[in-house]
Amino acid sequence: MVTQVFERELRKGSAGLLILSLIERRPRHGYEISRLIEDRSDGALKFNVASFYPLLYRLEKRGFIEGHWVEKAGQRRRRYYRLTAQGRKTLKAQRSSWLDFVNAINRITGAEHA
Amino acid sequence: MPDWKNHVRAAVAHLNLDPGREESIVEELAEHLDDQYVELVRSGVSEAAAYRKVLEDLNKRKLGVELRPLFQSEPLAIAPGAGHQRGFLTGLGKDLRLGVRLLRLNPAFAIVAILSLALGIGANTAIFELIDTVVLRTLPVPAPERLAELRLIHDGRIGSSVARQHEVSSAMWEQLQRQQRSFSSVAAWSSERFNLGNGGEARYADGLWVSDGFFDTLQVRPTLGRLFSTSDDYKGCNTQGIAISYAFWQGELGGREDVLGRSLSLNGRSFPIIGVTSRIFSGLEVGRKFDVALPLCMEPVMHAEDAWTNGSTTWWLAVIGRLRPEFTFERASAQLASVSPGIFAATLPMEYDEVARRNYLRFRFRALPAATGVSDLRNDYEYPLWLLLAISAVVLLIACANMANLLLARASVRQHEMALRMAIGASRPRLVRQLLVESLLLATAGAVLGGVLAHALCKALIAAIGTGQDRVFLSLSVDWRLLAFTAGLAALTCLVFGVAPAFHAANTEPGAVVKTSARGLTGGRQRLLFRRGLIVSQMAFSLVLVITALFFVRTFRNLVSVDTGFRQDHILVADFDLSPLKLPVQSRLEYKRDLMAQVRTTPGVVSAAETAIVPLSGNGWNDFIDIPGTDLQRKLANFSEVSSDYFRTLGVPMLAGRDFNGSDTLKSPGVAIVNLAFANAYLGGGDSLGKAFGVRQDGGKPDKPYRVIGVVGNTKYGNLREPFGPIVFVAGSQDAATDLDSTVMIRSNEDLASLIPSLRMVAAKNNPRIVLNFSVLRTSIRRGLRRESLMAALSGAYGALAAVLSIVGLYGILSYTVTRRTSEIGIRMALGASRNRILGMIVQDALTMLGVGVALGTVLAIAAGRAVQTILFGLKPTDPLSLGLAITGMTVVALAASLIPALRAAAVQPIQTLREE
Repeated sequence: MVTQVFERELRKGSAGLLILSLIERRPRHGYEISRLIEDRSDGALKFNVASFYPLLYRLEKRGFIEGHWVEKAGQRRRRYYRLTAQGRKTLKAQRSSWLDFVNAINRITGAEHA
Repeated sequence: MPDWKNHVRAAVAHLNLDPGREESIVEELAEHLDDQYVELVRSGVSEAAAYRKVLEDLNKRKLGVELRPLFQSEPLAIAPGAGHQRGFLTGLGKDLRLGVRLLRLNPAFAIVAILSLALGIGANTAIFELIDTVVLRTLPVPAPERLAELRLIHDGRIGSSVARQHEVSSAMWEQLQRQQRSFSSVAAWSSERFNLGNGGEARYADGLWVSDGFFDTLQVRPTLGRLFSTSDDYKGCNTQGIAISYAFWQGELGGREDVLGRSLSLNGRSFPIIGVTSRIFSGLEVGRKFDVALPLCMEPVMHAEDAWTNGSTTWWLAVIGRLRPEFTFERASAQLASVSPGIFAATLPMEYDEVARRNYLRFRFRALPAATGVSDLRNDYEYPLWLLLAISAVVLLIACANMANLLLARASVRQHEMALRMAIGASRPRLVRQLLVESLLLATAGAVLGGVLAHALCKALIAAIGTGQDRVFLSLSVDWRLLAFTAGLAALTCLVFGVAPAFHAANTEPGAVVKTSARGLTGGRQRLLFRRGLIVSQMAFSLVLVITALFFVRTFRNLVSVDTGFRQDHILVADFDLSPLKLPVQSRLEYKRDLMAQVRTTPGVVSAAETAIVPLSGNGWNDFIDIPGTDLQRKLANFSEVSSDYFRTLGVPMLAGRDFNGSDTLKSPGVAIVNLAFANAYLGGGDSLGKAFGVRQDGGKPDKPYRVIGVVGNTKYGNLREPFGPIVFVAGSQDAATDLDSTVMIRSNEDLASLIPSLRMVAAKNNPRIVLNFSVLRTSIRRGLRRESLMAALSGAYGALAAVLSIVGLYGILSYTVTRRTSEIGIRMALGASRNRILGMIVQDALTMLGVGVALGTVLAIAAGRAVQTILFGLKPTDPLSLGLAITGMTVVALAASLIPALRAAAVQPIQTLREE
């Protein structure tokens, strides 16, 4: 039980960073982002629709990402998200503090194991 | 494939999101679920299991909970139109704000719309404001509906009238007072101008002669002092106190409290002021004010030998009464009719001949409602004003048709917007409401601006009706009738121009419209037919107005250029009032002769002559004549008394005989100069010189004999519309009882105004107490035509406005048609149609509409012309010149208006349009 709660909080805290990272290079639609998170984490990280999209909309509302409908020939239209300038700044800051955090954790947990 | 949208929509429904936002979320999430489902199925999961799995993942409850904090405070972007859920009036403020925003987004449309409505509404309101003031408004006294005018009903005019109201003589008034039973009180009154100055140029105050019960009958109370009672008005009174009006007290006397007891000089006599009337009462006559009121009994004191009170044939009093509570107008009239024979028998003037006596005894009194006072102005202007209101109503209709067309065009453009609103849940009633709110905004803005315009226009109209000495006093106040009229007009125009476009626009199929391109959306044949119908009726109505305007303009021109028979230019009319000099009768002729001699030698004067009647001034004098030895007996002729040089001064040709001269004296036999009409009608034409006729005298005395010494050309006498009638000119030098007034016509080639100081000097040198009054003959004659000039100017302006509005309408619909048919034109040209052919096609379209409009308009205009025939002069309702001018004018302008869109159509590039398609 304690592990479950910890994982949920960890996921929640890091989800924003994951999404921002995934659209750093190019805009992606919601399903693509959620698939990439699942794939790249080898299934360790997985969001259901009911929590993923509210997260996406919250990032959009804060002005970190920007969604817009794109129509491509022969395809149904999709809502693509791209990073805003503010999102880019936030990503940079979050990334470095995340690294600091992981390093710190590693140092502590690694020392025990060493 | 399962329909995920419904599931998502169900999950977010309770959030009450902005419809656009909701639709976007539904679409996005449904796509996600779709992808998820397809992937599961592809990986070998059964469809049912995949469906369950995806739904589980959606977790509707959780989705709602997670989204709620995100969208809780988001405002709605556009009116959702969920009218059926929250009542029709919900969100009205939002509709209004949206309306204002839309109008601000499209200022050109808003300006054109508001301006054309303002002109239409303003034109109507101005005329209605005048009608309200002149015709409808009741006197500002308690219970005005109980006031009656006691009017003399008779079939022929006998006796002489000296006042505008000319109702009854003093003798009749006395009898009427004694014998009537229907009124709690009756009062007599008359009006006269009094000179406030002492010599020099006259400065007039408008006076009222009133009987003692006048103010009591009207229930007018004093602001200061007291008003008249029986102690002020009794037979044989001497100088009594006078009452003044509030406006005169404020304006002329500075509103000073110590005004009571002070004296006021009227016609050179001093009268003490005893009271000031209430502020709101300005007299019984609409369009005139009164400054001072004098008791009737003072009239003989003021007029001395010429007193109207003593004349049994002088009709100078108007009578007004307040009905007893139990009496109606019919009952009062019946009572008056029953006492009438007694009244007329008791007042029969002894001097009347047999025929006149018989007529007189047939007279009757009747009680007529007088709640709105009496008015010459109303008699003159009521019909033209209603006519102008009808004309301005047509202008407004045309403006409304234009608006409807503009809005229909806009409705086509806005069909996408409407479709989208409907697609996201707006109900039709809400869309209609939104559009009506926009129309109402336009109508209200138009009405407010129109109201302001109207007030200014109305003031200008009043200034135009009354000019110079003959000023018109109308207090323009905004009352409930006017407000109701303007508001009613605004609501009506909104309904007329707003409803059809609103229903058209709201009658849109959301799906169909969203899919189609903007230009393809035109609303179909039916709507276009409706719009063309509007244009045709606009054309027809504006043609009616243009033709009617031409009728009035030509009537005015005809009257101005009508041959009066005398010279109108370079003639100054100088009135020398000698009454303050109190000259004895026997010395008057000589005094006047000397004065004339001095006037004639004044530098700048070419010729001058005295006359009793200034032609076309509205004054007149007629008498019965007998031609001895023939059956031409008791024939009516107009008269004037003139000095020598009269005909030369006015440029009237002397056809035979001689002018009056020094040999025509009191002692020599009576001589007369007659006009050609008289000679032809009564003297058998041919040589009339030396022929004799007699003028009937009162009291059975023998005819006064005259011998014709000259025949002159025909001249107009009373008004410009009448044909030349028989006129007799008698010599002033043979009038033993000449009065104390000398009216002199002066011809000069110099500026007439520059003559006035020298003439003033002539008068002052003779006696500084002589009162002078000047007018210019042509100006006075023009003043007599102000009703016609007003009709010409206003109907002309309204006709032009109507024409402009309908031409703008025509241009609008043609431009719209061209835009709509661009692709069709492109295809036609691609298939080989020449540019000329395209040009012809559009122009022909315009000509068809114009043709139908002109045909309809001509028929209507002829009918309208017949209705106003009585006030036309010198032309018929089928006047070919007016009809031809109007039709040609309309055609030329309509063609010009159609040429611009036609040229644009001809310039269409087929390749480009086809590519756009």
